[in-house]
Amino acid sequence: MTSRREVERQGAFSVEYAPAPESTAIVSLAPRYDLYIGGRWVAPRSGAYLPSVNPATEDVLCEVAHAGDDDVDAAVAAARDAWPAWAALPGKERAKYVYRIARQLQERSREFAVLETLDGGKPIKESRDVDVPLAAAHFFYYAGWADKLEYALPGARVHPLGVAGQVIPWNFPLLMAAWKLAPALATGNVCVLKPAETTPLTALLLARVCEEAGLPPGVVNVVTGGPATGAAVVAHPGVDKVAFTGSTTVGKAIQKVVAGTGKKVTLELGGKAANVIFEDAALDQAVEGIVNGIFFNQGHVCCAGSRLLVQESVADVVLDKLKARLTTLRVGDPLDKNTDLGAINSEAQLGRIQQLYDAGVAEGAEPYQPECALPDRGYWFRPTVFTNVSQSHRIAREEIFGPVLSVLTFRTPEEAVAKANNTPYGLSAGVWTEKGSKILWMADRLRAGVVWANTFNRFDPASPFGGFQESGFGREGGAAGLLPYLKVEKIPA
Amino acid sequence: MLEARAASLSQRSIKTSSKAAALDLAIRCVDLTTLEGADTPGKVRALAAKAVRPDPLDASVPPVAAVCVYPSLVGVAAAAVAGSDVGVASVAGAFPSGQSPLDLRLAEIRRAVADGATEIDIVLNRGAFLAGRYQECFEEIAAAKDACGSAHLKTILETGELGSYDQVRRASVLAMAAGSDFIKTSTGKVSPAATLPTVLCMAEAIRDFRRDTGAVVGLKAAGGIRTAKEAWQYLVVVLETLGDEWMTPRLLRLGASTLLNDLLLQRTKLRSGRYEKPSRFTID
Amino acid sequence: MTERLPVRKTYKLFVDGAFPRSESGRTYPILAADGSTLAWAVRASRKDLRDAVRAARGAQPKWASSTAYLRGQVLYRVAEMMEGRAAQLADELAATGAAGATAEVDAAIDRWVWYAGWADKIAHVAGTVNAVAGPYFDFTVPEPVGVVGIVTPDEPALLGFASLVAPAVCAGNAVVVLASETNPLVVMTLAEILATSDLPAGVVNILTGSKAELGPWLAGHGDVDTIDLTGAPADVGVEMERLAADDVKRVVRPLGSAPDWQDGAQSPWAVTASMELKTVWHPKGA
Repeated sequence: MTSRREVERQGAFSVEYAPAPESTAIVSLAPRYDLYIGGRWVAPRSGAYLPSVNPATEDVLCEVAHAGDDDVDAAVAAARDAWPAWAALPGKERAKYVYRIARQLQERSREFAVLETLDGGKPIKESRDVDVPLAAAHFFYYAGWADKLEYALPGARVHPLGVAGQVIPWNFPLLMAAWKLAPALATGNVCVLKPAETTPLTALLLARVCEEAGLPPGVVNVVTGGPATGAAVVAHPGVDKVAFTGSTTVGKAIQKVVAGTGKKVTLELGGKAANVIFEDAALDQAVEGIVNGIFFNQGHVCCAGSRLLVQESVADVVLDKLKARLTTLRVGDPLDKNTDLGAINSEAQLGRIQQLYDAGVAEGAEPYQPECALPDRGYWFRPTVFTNVSQSHRIAREEIFGPVLSVLTFRTPEEAVAKANNTPYGLSAGVWTEKGSKILWMADRLRAGVVWANTFNRFDPASPFGGFQESGFGREGGAAGLLPYLKVEKIPA
Repeated sequence: MLEARAASLSQRSIKTSSKAAALDLAIRCVDLTTLEGADTPGKVRALAAKAVRPDPLDASVPPVAAVCVYPSLVGVAAAAVAGSDVGVASVAGAFPSGQSPLDLRLAEIRRAVADGATEIDIVLNRGAFLAGRYQECFEEIAAAKDACGSAHLKTILETGELGSYDQVRRASVLAMAAGSDFIKTSTGKVSPAATLPTVLCMAEAIRDFRRDTGAVVGLKAAGGIRTAKEAWQYLVVVLETLGDEWMTPRLLRLGASTLLNDLLLQRTKLRSGRYEKPSRFTID
Repeated sequence: MTERLPVRKTYKLFVDGAFPRSESGRTYPILAADGSTLAWAVRASRKDLRDAVRAARGAQPKWASSTAYLRGQVLYRVAEMMEGRAAQLADELAATGAAGATAEVDAAIDRWVWYAGWADKIAHVAGTVNAVAGPYFDFTVPEPVGVVGIVTPDEPALLGFASLVAPAVCAGNAVVVLASETNPLVVMTLAEILATSDLPAGVVNILTGSKAELGPWLAGHGDVDTIDLTGAPADVGVEMERLAADDVKRVVRPLGSAPDWQDGAQSPWAVTASMELKTVWHPKGA
């Protein structure tokens, strides 16, 4: 009989989680998807379809229509036709449509979550617990404003703008669709939605939900395609309002295109957020916040905490904890419920991340990556932490949009502020300290549209989100999120 | 039969002057209790202050019978109730399980008494009892009574663990024969605690013991009594089984913590005609 | 072929998620438009009211601490269920002679949806960040007052109920409602809807019977924080206001204003009427 001491001497045996894949049976993919225009599914005039690929396996999921200029034209025309009746509906009736969409998203949440993971590579844990519930909540929240606009903007008479051309990115495909459609519809606008090229599928399923909700034809139109499709939507003279979420480079191009046209535009662009850890932070919690800040959704997040600013006196301790924590991150099959880091969204994006990683090494920063096996197929990047980074390094300045953290240090709160603000971006920032007054002092000084204190990556339909400076302008969420979709007149005295 | 009799007794309608008298009696019979791992001297002092003066806004409210605490806090409790008529009851003897060597349990009793406890609540050795080792149970209780010296001894039967009314009856008789001054239903740590049929059973045992030996033993219902209505149902059961003689804190106790505020609430309602807000009464 | 005899419904109270009879055993007849007896409703007693207040107080903390989003969803679900039983509600309204029953039911459902959408937005209109003259972060948040006693009008029985109860509940309060005396039947059918709509037990409690008898007990009960007198008969309302003074109870809508139930009677200020404002200061400084 083995004594207790002997068992201990034999060493620990490692406990592995068996694979825990979410079943894809709930999703039924057609081989090919058309455009959703005027309440009907129509083939693209050019007949062009392009494959949509699962980035975790490189398998082709299906083919999706690529809308050309003529298709975009048809979509805008359908929207314009539908607008008068939609805008004339009493707010409480518009609200009911939007509530129906919200409830359907809740009913079919698992299907949406699995589809999102298949199409974009993000872990099922995230699509199931974050993306889909938040998307449903956005529709539910904005439905409630539809008949209460006089209270959102007291003293003002408001009108919808007309046709909203909305171009969204691949990092939160369904959630971004919700952030765009919900406030636009609630306020009486009609929409032409252009999902990202690599992630069209949940938008198309959402279009079917709109159909089933009885949404009048033309109120929501979905034109899938590539960058050219997006450009066509933005430039179309029949579009009254442009809403774009994506890179700063493209955002600037869009702003140029709409200049002088009278179109209202809101932009939600890139970021290089500073996550500031003070010496009096709860350090273990701060490490979780760092990890969440840069590795949530593989770092494909505009508000990612991609710069760690750690107070010098605790830098070593924090980095040790962080590196140890990285070894527990599970990279792999996004459909596995235990996976923390999924696939990089596309080959192109993987290339961009690799390029900046190489630049970082060349600049003299020190990379750290935990050892982890990566699947042979698919697009993967190990979680990475660069230390020895200076403000002037490319990896401290440019948005990498991947699971790569750049670490810098500071000595005083003033220096933290200066370094945090030393960027053309200004989307978000994190502050970690147990001292309440310091949180508020920092919040006053950080030039960022969202400040997270002792937390990170928290979103809610009731909480306005958006950036300063080159991270864009306009807000999504809250009553502030209604403004971009309304023309506001003062009520005459 | 016990249950049917208890149920019918619980339907007695107590009105006006009887209700006022019943409420005051119930208050006077409360052993205001705190038996939590998180108890501190501060908590016990607050409890004691409330025991001595349950309602700061109404001096006509009588004090309770005793405070009931763990042995390590007896000294604090005794100092806090000094100068009043409120007794200091201590649980002792490895409460609530009783699972500890006998000599250590007796030492705990002696120590509590030395620190100022005027009453000691011990638990019946359920393990021995349910195994049929009645002599052992008897001797333990007798030894405990001896260790109490001048303090009075309550023996907790933990009726919720005994399994049947027959066992409750047998345990009652055993505890009384061994010299307990009070028999008590429960530790309050196990459910079910006090119930009307169980208390009726114990009251009948007390009645018959008195008839057979002349000894007068008190009854304490403890655990799960939260409302004034429940409290006076217990009073009725004891009254109709044991008579007026037992309607005194000398022979009847209600072990409770939240009950006191409901008694105060009902008392206030009787006087003012209004239902009060809970925050009208202090929490200890 | 013999005609099938219908099974008649018994109407009871709605307290703590269940449907008890009155402890007093009393009932009173509800008359149809032609004077015949439609059914008997319960004549609740002060003890039923005492139990209802206790249930409300017990349920309120958890309801208030649920997210506003959740409260909004629960209220929306109530509306979904009302829609499903709209025909029954309209029939019960019409049976006592109420005119425009279908329009009233539609309005009640829409009003309920309207208030469901306020749960997570009331902070926007009632909460503020205050620009104080010092280095402080200073903010004001609305929070539910606790237990609200509501006297709903005899007519319109359903729309009046929805207009007064939905805002109080959306704010995170638990309520004790004195229903229409002349048509409590439709209100008790609505109670069945509430009981099956994910609304936690005790958040809404409904008593039927005499407002003259129950109103003063409601106003005098120390554990009710606010009373809404909109549906109280004039003399009863005055007495209730006086009794409320004994513990500085908040009184909403004292007599004198008769709302236009169809169009005028919805406002976020109906929600804030049963809310308190709490202001918090926190210094700013590194």
